[in-house]
Amino acid sequence: MIETDILIIGAGPTGLFTVFEAGLLKLRCHLIDALPQPGGQCSEIYPKKPIYDIPAYPEILAGDLTKNLMEQIKQFEPGFTLGERADTIEKQDDGTFIVTTNKGTKHHAPIVAIAGGLGSFEPRKPPISNIKDFEDKGVEYIIKEPELYRDKDVVIAGGGDSALDWSVFLTDVAKSVTLIHRRNEFRGALDSVEKVQELKNLGKINLITPAEVKGILGEEHVTGVAVEQKGKEPFIIDTDHFIPLFGLAPKLGPIANWGLEIEKNAIKVNNALDYQTNIPGIYAIGDVNTYPGKLKLILCGFHEATLMCQSAYKRIHPDKKYVMKYTTVGGVEGFDGTKKEAPKAVVKAIE
Amino acid sequence: MSNQDVTIKITDREGVIHEVLAPTDMNMNMMEVVRSYELAPEGTIGICGGMAMCASCQCYVKSEHELPEKSDDEDAMLAEAFYVEENSRLGCQIHITPKLEGLEITLAPES
Repeated sequence: MIETDILIIGAGPTGLFTVFEAGLLKLRCHLIDALPQPGGQCSEIYPKKPIYDIPAYPEILAGDLTKNLMEQIKQFEPGFTLGERADTIEKQDDGTFIVTTNKGTKHHAPIVAIAGGLGSFEPRKPPISNIKDFEDKGVEYIIKEPELYRDKDVVIAGGGDSALDWSVFLTDVAKSVTLIHRRNEFRGALDSVEKVQELKNLGKINLITPAEVKGILGEEHVTGVAVEQKGKEPFIIDTDHFIPLFGLAPKLGPIANWGLEIEKNAIKVNNALDYQTNIPGIYAIGDVNTYPGKLKLILCGFHEATLMCQSAYKRIHPDKKYVMKYTTVGGVEGFDGTKKEAPKAVVKAIE
Repeated sequence: MSNQDVTIKITDREGVIHEVLAPTDMNMNMMEVVRSYELAPEGTIGICGGMAMCASCQCYVKSEHELPEKSDDEDAMLAEAFYVEENSRLGCQIHITPKLEGLEITLAPES
């Protein structure tokens, strides 16, 4: 069981900055994120794109913002559970919470701060009516274990890097690899496209374009897919696996079932005070929350995180006196023993 | 009506037709117009914020208006999106200009 003061769900900019504000109050944080790296959308969707409305940064790349936040919080030694999605929350008799991920990792904290942004990134599923019936029975949206495809017939759909790269990779593993894409052209790194072309010429990848998988066949397990190719009669390809690789899209996911008040696909919070949800001890900050006048901006998330930490402190230490102190005055004392502070002015008398 | 507004006919995902005024002087795009009139639930459109990276604002262009060509980003996103038709565009990449007076679009299903 991972123990912490504030359990933050979501390691995007808002979640990361929460670690800093909590650290100033000597509260420790642990973050859970479904993505394998911190930064949220900033690292996953647009790391190379500039942001122009971070105060005091006329321009900063989203990837650099993440890097800077990680640097800013490092002395507060945040813990990370990455690549796992927060699935369930259980309120304990003492008012604390246990949050369990989809991989069974348990986290225990008196405060939960949901900084989940748009939700967790899930594979985009093509609109094939019976596709759900075959999930994990031959339909996989993510390739976790390539050995699963050893000596099997595999159909991959998609036109981006992951479709190209996995097609190339699986030619050495699977019995056959078919790649289906709606367009004739592929949008991937140049070497990936060239490699697929080369393997196609060698007959190792069966390329079908412009075409789409419209149906899945099978009883207990996938046995084939129905394909529609432009200008041809629909036909069936026998296959053991169908792997649609159409990228990731964020979904609010299991958090929607935690008993929190949801409005406009976001979590309602008390913005007059501390961004607490309808469940005391659970806060929602950043893009995941909503209140009258809400703006989904990183800078608003930072503000919300700051107020939320003050409220969390009072919940954890109801009897302790505290007033906010400027970092310029108090410096920053890390849990790692470091201390940053303003240099003392040299005082010398004139004789 | 300000003379800087254009009239656009938008069919929402339920099939309801809305005739709305869109300003041409606020650097707005079609996705933002739809959101400003709340013609699709918040959180189901414009998810990536307008970076041509999610296709949640996909729409079908029904009138004969000549729209600016697709950028590589838009084209790439539409290659991966679902329910794509010949007249599919990403609303976030359609900039509202006076030339769009009378434009008719239909929102694509949520995917």
